[in-house]
Amino acid sequence: MSADKHPESNAELLSDPSTNGRALASGDWTLENVNALSVKINSLAEQTFQLDASGISRLDASGAVLLGQLMHLTGQDANDVGLTGQWRTLFEAVDSACDEEHEPAPVSDPQWQQVLAHIGRVTAGFIQSTRELLNFMGITLHRCARTVVHPSRLRLTSTVYHMEQTGLNAAPLLMLLAFLVGAVVAFLGATVLSTFGAEVFVIDLVTFAFVREFGVLLTAILMAGRTASAFCAQIGMMKSREELDAIRTLGLDAIEVLVLPRLLALLITLPLLAFLATIAGLVGGLMVSMLTLDINLTLFLDRVEQTVTLNHYLVGMIKAPIFAVVIALIGCLEGLQVSGTAQSVGEHTTTAVVRSLTMVIVIDALAAIYFMEIGW
Amino acid sequence: MVTDTLKKTDASPIVRVRGLENRFGSDIVHQHLDLDVHRGEILGVVGGSGTGKSVLMRSILGLLRSSGGTIEVFGKNLKEDDAQKMLSLRTGVLFQDGALFSSLTVLENVELPLKTHRPDIPVQLRRDLARSKIQLSGLSASASPKMPSELSGGMRKRVALARALALEPELLFLDEPTAGLDPIGAAEFDSLLRTLQRALGLTVFLITHDLDTLYTICDRVAVIADKKILAVGTLKEIEQLDHKWIKSYFHGPRARAARQQEGTAAG
Repeated sequence: MSADKHPESNAELLSDPSTNGRALASGDWTLENVNALSVKINSLAEQTFQLDASGISRLDASGAVLLGQLMHLTGQDANDVGLTGQWRTLFEAVDSACDEEHEPAPVSDPQWQQVLAHIGRVTAGFIQSTRELLNFMGITLHRCARTVVHPSRLRLTSTVYHMEQTGLNAAPLLMLLAFLVGAVVAFLGATVLSTFGAEVFVIDLVTFAFVREFGVLLTAILMAGRTASAFCAQIGMMKSREELDAIRTLGLDAIEVLVLPRLLALLITLPLLAFLATIAGLVGGLMVSMLTLDINLTLFLDRVEQTVTLNHYLVGMIKAPIFAVVIALIGCLEGLQVSGTAQSVGEHTTTAVVRSLTMVIVIDALAAIYFMEIGW
Repeated sequence: MVTDTLKKTDASPIVRVRGLENRFGSDIVHQHLDLDVHRGEILGVVGGSGTGKSVLMRSILGLLRSSGGTIEVFGKNLKEDDAQKMLSLRTGVLFQDGALFSSLTVLENVELPLKTHRPDIPVQLRRDLARSKIQLSGLSASASPKMPSELSGGMRKRVALARALALEPELLFLDEPTAGLDPIGAAEFDSLLRTLQRALGLTVFLITHDLDTLYTICDRVAVIADKKILAVGTLKEIEQLDHKWIKSYFHGPRARAARQQEGTAAG
């Protein structure tokens, strides 16, 4: 099969002037030799000749296709090329299956139309997905309300499981990240503020940054990457294996069974994680302050106590449940929209992460402007 | 079909399994398993669920490293270095659900083996060859630009068969080719397999639960039970054996129906 085993092709198609316009096919007309044979067939395409295939010693389906092409040129059929025995059977099986029918060539629109159509599709898709998200939010709210009226419908085990998965298991990684970012912020502050001899304000910088923004934002970003994708892939795989249909036929509600526990779990854990992240970030800042700026623990805590008022803390924490809802809903919604294939699961998981990250950052920016305007 | 096999059984076997042992942890699937597949036959492999039919196929294909025993395919021990390449060139596999690549079109799926192993074939010729395989598998050429997700189960199997045939293999492995097809589709697939096997001179290793498939196209049948090949032979020989599983399999109501059908078809 490989080229090195057959250094020379032993398949031949000879057209000899002396043989009165007869072309003699011989040797192995098999997949190994299709290249050489194809070249020879093309070189004969201009001439008129009669084919004699009686010299063929081996034939496979690929060779039969070429033989068919050749006989199409000469206008002969299987009866008068001298093909016998098993090769005749094989050739007829292949030849009767293959007709000249080809799939229609795809009609392509002009470039500018394609560009316009693409812009249109993307816009329509954006509007559509926004409507779907709002619709989904509405349905989920309705199910939430129903669960409040009938608390026994709540899937407690599932909720606790997802709290462990999204909350507890994410805590170490999140605290490490927040600690490092806290240290980096402190370094940045130290570099800039030391030129003014105002190193002590590094404490204010780290505290403000983490209590108001970074604690909750870092958590939300990590959750968007870690949890939205997990929710989407879990539900998407269930959808593609018809588990969702099974849930429906059992008279259960997919939103109540799958979405509510995840939403609730994230609503509880994300604020807790945000608090942990804030503390870890402050510790990171404290470490840098102590090691490089000679600020001691007492001074640091003293300064933090003076800076942090309830306002600042609320500005940060109020965003946590909003982020939780956005991340959980987008993750679950994308999972529910998966259609069958493995590729679809991948595409929707990507979309879930991208959309929830975008939403988190947009909401955070809007909130920052709002709180600045009201002077908190 | 009986005469076909008789004259071919004397040659050395294409697949030779001796003393195969497969275990997963403490769970022994195969022990002292021997099997020969001869050139030009369709060997049907039957056995209850969980008896390791697919495991046997995966062992022969080298997808699974077995814990003991030797497997020779085309006279080459699978433990040799280049065995895997030889297998991918000279055998074709039809997995249970087709295992088509969902991100490629039908034509691209069938082209892929050619593209991988024969990059020297020009694009146009490669397309022609792939298209001929699609048509040979009983699909119309208009199916070529479709994605696998747009096809029915029966069509997916046919595309998978076309892909398995792309490199002109001598040995074909089929894992439950008719599972999930309706009886008419299954019968059509059976006769397609028989036609192709005869025309292309294929040797076929066929795992099946389908009694109709066994009765209509298999030359010999191998029964897996008790961790080994319990018996190999023609259907008539196997039916006579006195074993609990064989009795309930070949003498149940479904088997009787399949036998009758085959009897009327032949007569």
